Amino acid sequence: MRNFEFHRPASVADAVALLRGNDSAKLLAGGQSLLPIMKLDLAQPSDVVSLAGLAGADGLKEIRSEGGDLVIGALVTHHEVASSPEVRRRIPGLADLAGGIGDAQIRNRGTIGGSLAHADPAADYPAAVLALGATIVTDRRRIAADDYFTGLFSSALEADEIITAVRFPVPECAAYAKFPHPASKYAVVGVMVAKTGGGARVAVTGAGSKVFRVPAMESALAADFSTDAIRSVTVDPTGLRSGGEASPEYLAHLVTVMARRAVQACR
Amino acid sequence: MSEPVSGQGMGASVLRKEDRRFLLGKGRYTDDYLLPGQTHAVFVRSPHAHAKIRSIDARQALAAPGVLAVLTGEDAVADDLGGIPCGWTITNKDGSKMVAPPHPAMVKGSARHTGDPVAMVIAETRAQARDAAQLVEVDYDPLPAVAHLNAAVAEGAPKVWEEAPGNVCFDWHIGNAAATEAEFAQADRVISLDLTNNRVAPNAIEPRAANGNYDDVADRYTLYTTSQNPHLTRLLLAAYTLKVPEHKLRVVAPDVGGGFGSKIFHYAEELLVLWASKRVGRPVKWTSDRSEAFLSDAHGRDHVTHAELAVTADGKFRGLRVRTLANMGAYLSTFAPAIPTYLHATLLSGPYVIPAIYAEVKAIFTHTVPVDAVRGAGRPEATYLLERLVDKAARELGIDRVEIRRQNLIQPDQFPYQTPVALEYDIGDYPATLDMALAANDHGKFAERKAESETRGKLRGFGISTYIEACGIAPSALVGALGAGAGLYEAATVRVHPTGSVTVFTGSHSHGQGHETTFAQLVNERLGIPIENIEVVHGDTDRIPFGMGTYGSRSAAVGGSAIVKAMDKIVDKGKKIAAHLLEASVADVEFADGKYRVAGTDREKTFGEIAFTAYVPHNYPIETVEPGLEDSAFYDPKNFTFPGGCHLVEVEVDPETGVVEVVDVTIADDVGVIINPMIVDGQAHGGLAHGIGQALLEECVYDADGQLLSGSFMSYCMPRAADLPSFKVGNHVTACTHNPTGIKGVGEVGAIGVPPAVINAVLDALAPLGVTHIDMPATPEKVWRAIRAAAGGAA
Repeated sequence: MRNFEFHRPASVADAVALLRGNDSAKLLAGGQSLLPIMKLDLAQPSDVVSLAGLAGADGLKEIRSEGGDLVIGALVTHHEVASSPEVRRRIPGLADLAGGIGDAQIRNRGTIGGSLAHADPAADYPAAVLALGATIVTDRRRIAADDYFTGLFSSALEADEIITAVRFPVPECAAYAKFPHPASKYAVVGVMVAKTGGGARVAVTGAGSKVFRVPAMESALAADFSTDAIRSVTVDPTGLRSGGEASPEYLAHLVTVMARRAVQACR
Repeated sequence: MSEPVSGQGMGASVLRKEDRRFLLGKGRYTDDYLLPGQTHAVFVRSPHAHAKIRSIDARQALAAPGVLAVLTGEDAVADDLGGIPCGWTITNKDGSKMVAPPHPAMVKGSARHTGDPVAMVIAETRAQARDAAQLVEVDYDPLPAVAHLNAAVAEGAPKVWEEAPGNVCFDWHIGNAAATEAEFAQADRVISLDLTNNRVAPNAIEPRAANGNYDDVADRYTLYTTSQNPHLTRLLLAAYTLKVPEHKLRVVAPDVGGGFGSKIFHYAEELLVLWASKRVGRPVKWTSDRSEAFLSDAHGRDHVTHAELAVTADGKFRGLRVRTLANMGAYLSTFAPAIPTYLHATLLSGPYVIPAIYAEVKAIFTHTVPVDAVRGAGRPEATYLLERLVDKAARELGIDRVEIRRQNLIQPDQFPYQTPVALEYDIGDYPATLDMALAANDHGKFAERKAESETRGKLRGFGISTYIEACGIAPSALVGALGAGAGLYEAATVRVHPTGSVTVFTGSHSHGQGHETTFAQLVNERLGIPIENIEVVHGDTDRIPFGMGTYGSRSAAVGGSAIVKAMDKIVDKGKKIAAHLLEASVADVEFADGKYRVAGTDREKTFGEIAFTAYVPHNYPIETVEPGLEDSAFYDPKNFTFPGGCHLVEVEVDPETGVVEVVDVTIADDVGVIINPMIVDGQAHGGLAHGIGQALLEECVYDADGQLLSGSFMSYCMPRAADLPSFKVGNHVTACTHNPTGIKGVGEVGAIGVPPAVINAVLDALAPLGVTHIDMPATPEKVWRAIRAAAGGAA
């Protein structure tokens, strides 16, 4: 780990100001992704801007219902999402997903905003955000989930932009089925399925360079929301992650299996 | 199960004396030692599996803050440091000796595996040394590399050593080839199997560390190190590497957080911190981090084997033929050549009567980290291939897998049993442990459990392994004849203090085994002293007698026997003192329950009274008995000990994903006489976790170019509690016949017995789908591919 300047701003605006014009500054939320890569020198930020001083501000630590949506503040931890009665009542599949991230220590520190800003291709939250058609709220705008994830560890966020909340429309039902890596517990394949009045959305994390939807499954499920409807719907292995521990063929197979299990578990 | 034993002696589940300091976080490990003037070392390691080193430019590093020195292989040679020796020499089939290439402490000329040490940076702080290490400019010329066994023996493979054509280190055999051929010629069936034994990393929870200090006033070196055998390290430093006489060397292995074999060996870093300390005039400490451990700790296993079993139509074993390639890595680690030979091929008879056995082992150099002993060390490889082969024989012959074992087991009345591969088993009762395990597993109801699993979409499989192992290593004369460079006795000193408390100095080393408790229990049993009044000292060559350390499940069987022999001398001396005080003849004095008594009378003296008299000899047989009460013993075992037993495993396979879940593990072991059942159970549990890890989760994966792909816990999967069921562990005791304790040893049984039981269970679950083979680790994708291939799809 390299030396860095540590900042603890008291407002979102102050945090943005610290990021502005400084390409090698990094935001620190729960630190569950940033600190491990700093430890290995894979990230060497000149400045670390901690959001710990913002906890009380702007609803960053709040979970609330607003106009039919479930709104989760960016600094809400995975454990808080998993154990929130509000999340459990409105989108139980989202609470289940949060309860399966990493391990207990990670869930106590890691935040939803931090996870989405990091945009790890094997993280769990991206599948929820994309399948539920959520909106990423930042200090300056709202970004639709479909426009947010742009590639491997990259998002539509500007360099000095800070996520403040995530707005989830409440589906009829949703569920996440995850095939975890036995060692890292990241998703080898994770599939979130959501059924809404307008149809169904299926989002896959882990298998590709970024989270992606599966239109063929979505249309099949829109017509018939059942496991049988997607039993023979497969994704093309050629687009999937290769050179890793799991082969593209196996990943493609797991996508279908996990999608079926998510449909089965949908509630 | 036997009744719990009360008290503190043999058979009592006494809580571990050492746990208080461990649970409070007050253990003192090597990295905890901060010496006055402490400096820190970080190694620059080769990122290439094979590369010529054109030049090393340390100027920038030397100019970095806090840097005291940057040392290289050239400096080591200039100071006449010796290479790391190999402690075991194997003789080839043709009578010539194995190829033992040089193993420099730091490379000079060429690096031969990723992680090979190239330079050493010493600085005021560890962070400064780390930063400066990145500034050492090494100009590498990468060369072709080979990591895998089959590639290393292929025509035209990159050469690891010029002096080893075909990358062969040795080509060795054991057994009677002609007798085995004759059995195969007459056999009704020959069952054959090709398999691999996966390469594993030891991964002790405490990474290796070494802190070297040269005292120029006393002209004496002290090394704190994570070692399982500090005297062996001192011996090798003195005789081969540092070349300083032993009285000028103190080696301390303080609290050590696990070893699993990997801390037996003398590693370059131990030598280099001592050498560097003299050069910089201050103590030098190195502590491995986890990533570095994967690239520098000796790995284990890594065999490719072809095995054949000759059987009669009714399932009698007649002959066994085995051809194994064993990966040695780039250099020969301390005991590496012994592992695939004398700790592997000599075990191929297992617990069975097999009239003829012939095994050939070729050891192969590759551009990988050296391979040496890891928990079980050769015996897991032997057990795995034999138990896989036995299962396959049962399936091909249509015989029940339990019954084929039962009918080939050596029977209790056949001991001592001479195998065709050198070993003579002294005692055992294999049918008893088989029956005990089957009963505890309620094996008769397996079909019901399988049907229940099926209702949940899971394929349930039953796996069995009946195994033996050889431990309590080992008779010195025997291992010497087989090529060992050391004797394998153990030493103990028992010092009785004037008020009757006791300090035991042992050559064994505890790095998780609980010797401070179990050895105290041995003393309690013999001398009747409460364990609170007994201290066990180990791990410091300035305090303990010359001993060989802990590995091969030898501490209780060999080290414990040395303590018992020393206590015998003390009891005998005490009798002479008691006879004098009680005015009786020595022959009439008995010792029991901590009291000397004139036989048939109530005249007695307590052990404490005798101890006091020995040190305050006012009324004393001074003409014939020396004052004091302290004695030492060296115990050299007459034979190996032979624990054995039966391990049963049930798994559930998810046929859609290939995920294997271990749902039941039931074992019955015979580890000989038990000192502390709680600790024995704990050892069995740890070994089972280790073995299940190898079977399902763990593998060191090198790519074809010798890059280690599984170099962190993000990819190398260690077993965790959630991966394991509650274990059902039972013991059936037959006492070892040739040592004074009856103890056989338990540290490795889980890692030896359980891997084949796991894989046999997986194959049993998949048998209805037509799957007949899978290699360890049986990862989900491998299982899924096996299912697909059996169904006629692409593998």
